[in-house]
Amino acid sequence: MAEVSVAGVTMRFGEMTALDDVSLDFVNGGFFALLGPSGSGKTTLLRVIAGFLFPQAGRVRIAGQPVERVPVEKREIGMMFQNYALFPNLTVAENVGFGLRVRHVSRAEERRRVGEALDLVQLSGLGARRPRELSGGQRQRVALARAIVTNPKVLLLDEPLSALDKALRVDMQIELKRIQREVGITTIFVTHDQEEALTLADRIGILRDGRLVQAGPPREVYNAPIDTFTARFLGEANLLPDPLPVPLPDGARLSLTSAAAHAVRPEALTLSPGPIAAAENLLPGRLVSRVFAGSMATCIVAVLGETWKVVARDRDLPQLPENTEVWLGWARADTIPIDRA
Amino acid sequence: MTGLRLAGLMWLGLVLIFLYAPILVMAAMSFNASPFYQLPFEFSARWYHDLAENAAIRNAATRSVLIAVATTIIATSLGTAAALALFRHDFRGKRLLKLLLFPPIAIPWLITGTAMLIFFFAIGLGRGTPAVLIGHVALALPYVIVVVNARLAGFDITLEEAARALGAGPWTVTRRVTLPAIAPGIVAGALFAFAVSFDQFVVSYFLSKPGDSTLPVLIYTAIRKGFTPEINAVSTLIIVTSMALMLVVARFFSFGGHR
Repeated sequence: MAEVSVAGVTMRFGEMTALDDVSLDFVNGGFFALLGPSGSGKTTLLRVIAGFLFPQAGRVRIAGQPVERVPVEKREIGMMFQNYALFPNLTVAENVGFGLRVRHVSRAEERRRVGEALDLVQLSGLGARRPRELSGGQRQRVALARAIVTNPKVLLLDEPLSALDKALRVDMQIELKRIQREVGITTIFVTHDQEEALTLADRIGILRDGRLVQAGPPREVYNAPIDTFTARFLGEANLLPDPLPVPLPDGARLSLTSAAAHAVRPEALTLSPGPIAAAENLLPGRLVSRVFAGSMATCIVAVLGETWKVVARDRDLPQLPENTEVWLGWARADTIPIDRA
Repeated sequence: MTGLRLAGLMWLGLVLIFLYAPILVMAAMSFNASPFYQLPFEFSARWYHDLAENAAIRNAATRSVLIAVATTIIATSLGTAAALALFRHDFRGKRLLKLLLFPPIAIPWLITGTAMLIFFFAIGLGRGTPAVLIGHVALALPYVIVVVNARLAGFDITLEEAARALGAGPWTVTRRVTLPAIAPGIVAGALFAFAVSFDQFVVSYFLSKPGDSTLPVLIYTAIRKGFTPEINAVSTLIIVTSMALMLVVARFFSFGGHR
């Protein structure tokens, strides 16, 4: 059953339409990522679900109840903010206990549940500290503990990891996933980082210009993007030119479907100095540059007037001087047909 | 380096002398036995005795303190509420309203006082303590709003959102999150309100009835009639009290910045 459901939601700010007829179901216990470039409406959608914004049209349901006119404080949500929004005048324990205090939970019960929540985020013993005495990662854990201690129906995360440096971010991703599984709470998070979305979420929704473009499990969306925007936004995509040049260059061969557009992922391509006999698809190109980045290397190749990327382990990419002719081959199964250009 | 440092210290010393020398002279003379400031200095607490016996000064001082306290409470409550409204809500004419807060601070009190006198007579209130109190609140209000507003500019609105997401209603959010965060601004605003009212001469002079004047008005009238060292004594008391107040507040709050 869907714990949270959004149906036909439209949100306008004056002349600007931030959300345009968006419908989405968030399954119980799922980890859902809302992904999109800035201005796509992903944060607006999160704030509509939270109750900070009341949409002009559409329904929002939490646990089956229509809530689109219910204020934030009555929605039983947990929310974590980008800057964590910890109360600076309160201690860690008072921060985490705030939601319980507001609900008039007994002091003994409050102490027990705050202790449990701090254990869960591995901050036991730091209850007496002030937020300013904590590191960025610790603050984030406090914010998470505070958001889940009231047993909310849904946990909303607004760019939760963007304020952390890269190494800490990867640790926190694993940690966040662990805690979410342990608590089993329906979680919706907003991010512009596609890698983060693919790592954490079991379902993702892609937004663009206030519209939901595509939703589904990450692998499905990655392997079968509905349009060229999604193909490019989620990972890298090499698009075949439309229309294709007629005739194709000598030695080239393509086996395509009737779809509106076709793309190939950089990691699916094989690069060779000469034509590859076994390749089901083969195109000639000119090597523009070769970039070494540790374990992986990237070649930029000009193909049929487009600029393509080839990514492979460094030793699997031949060392060739720039501006030499190269051949790119790939299997038929690696061509991604795209319905909408 | 040290030369520059020395010059800096001397400059600071000059500024302090400039600020405090007249006050120190006055404080010293309030303890001088001679009513005509004659030297040599001869210590006496006589003027403080006289002050304690002078019912007119005592009444004026009490009235001044009461009006200042009432002004502080009213102006701080209204001003904080207004600053919160300006901070939280967007409404038509908000920019104009914020802009209109500044002229009352810049308009000379003489003009404001005259305008108030005319206005209070026009509406039938006339002169008297109610008029003085309303006048003081009106003078103090923009200061409170501007000071609290400045503090709110550094306040992170997501703290309010976080509290709401945790289930706190508007009143709880204000009481548990917003007010503690802007408390130093409110205290500073209250201090301004108290000072504006307690120091107020012009508007009080225009609006008070003869016979129930505030302390500054009484001091002014007394000086015109002929100087008595009792005025030195009462002024010294006022300075000591207000400096003590300032020091206590400065000890617990840093104005503007974060604690």
